[in-house]
Amino acid sequence: MELRVRALETILSEKGYIDPAALDAIVQAYETKIGPHNGAQVVARAWSDPAFKQALLADATKAVSRLGHVSRVGDHLVAVENTPQRHNMVVCTLCSCYPWEMLGLPPVWYKAAPYRSRAVKDPRGVLADFGVSVPKETEIRVWDSTAETRFLVLPMRPKGTEGWSEAQLAEIVTRDSMIGTGFPKTPGAPS
Amino acid sequence: MNGVHDMGGMDGFGKVEPEPNEPMFHTEWEGRVLAMVRAMGAAGAFNIDTSRFYREALPPEVYITSSYYRKWFLGLEDMLVAKGYTTAEEVAAGHAAEPPKPLKHGKFTVDQVERIMVRGKFGRTPSAAAKFKPGDRVRARNINPTTHTRLPRYVRGHVGVVELNLGCSVYPDTAANEAGENPQWLYTVVFDGAELWGPDADPTVKVSVDAFEPYLELA
Repeated sequence: MELRVRALETILSEKGYIDPAALDAIVQAYETKIGPHNGAQVVARAWSDPAFKQALLADATKAVSRLGHVSRVGDHLVAVENTPQRHNMVVCTLCSCYPWEMLGLPPVWYKAAPYRSRAVKDPRGVLADFGVSVPKETEIRVWDSTAETRFLVLPMRPKGTEGWSEAQLAEIVTRDSMIGTGFPKTPGAPS
Repeated sequence: MNGVHDMGGMDGFGKVEPEPNEPMFHTEWEGRVLAMVRAMGAAGAFNIDTSRFYREALPPEVYITSSYYRKWFLGLEDMLVAKGYTTAEEVAAGHAAEPPKPLKHGKFTVDQVERIMVRGKFGRTPSAAAKFKPGDRVRARNINPTTHTRLPRYVRGHVGVVELNLGCSVYPDTAANEAGENPQWLYTVVFDGAELWGPDADPTVKVSVDAFEPYLELA
């Protein structure tokens, strides 16, 4: 694969379609600018600031765009809230749609057949693969990202985090908790 | 198209296996493939729906057995040849031989990188009022186009409830074929697990898809 990829890049460069330095810059931007830390800041803010949480659930694109320190998300972000009554989980059965600006590039499992095939039919079974169990009376809502809307799960704030700063809270927000295949880290537990 | 990419509800793929401390790219070429796809798309060689269609259209055995970025690479190569940006001979030789085909937005250069790190906008001005509103019961039409569509097979023919009107948006079914943006209203439609998977389904499960108006009819 390495040789084929290099060959195609050579062709695109020789034809004047792309500047290879621009490809370097794209890779570097993905490696440094996006990642679950962005989503974690949004979640921590929502846990700390009820007005922001309300704005986030009403129009996530607008709410997140107003946070200066989070990179701009473009359009079409929807935040969905986990509650004791409902657990949300996000999938893209058709390809790999994922809120890149909030969570970074998706992990391999998110793009692979086992998750994409089963998440909509047996979400509790999929959660069990992650070692995650949701109470049997809780509704499981699966969001299949079939268009350009991108979904961010707002996990429940763990008990034992009263009085924490946003920075402390952001530390316990995991990527998987914002996809709906995990929970935030337990306060005080070894990481 | 009814391809293997449309995986919702299929059995037999086994357990989900998360990789601890997964790196962003497993090899250097994965990053180059991602960057080439983003750069050539931004330069106007293709739109996002077309690129999805070329990945879906890979032979099923290739799709199933290829890693994610291998699919991206193979789809990119096929697409650039089909659209005349390169030739099969050039790909085989690993060098340019023919003159370039002009790109809609010109050469992709470093100063454009920041722009592509923000998602594009897909919302468009509607040309007609929305047919459906939240609360409406709708049936996903039983359509089976051989071209690109974003209506997964597992909901076709099934009845759900409109939950959100997401606005009017570029229609992938025509955009992928370069037949125009043809903006359509887009809705989140939620289905009960039992409606999709039968009476033995977990009664606590609900599944939603985002469905364009032409995918739906009042139930």
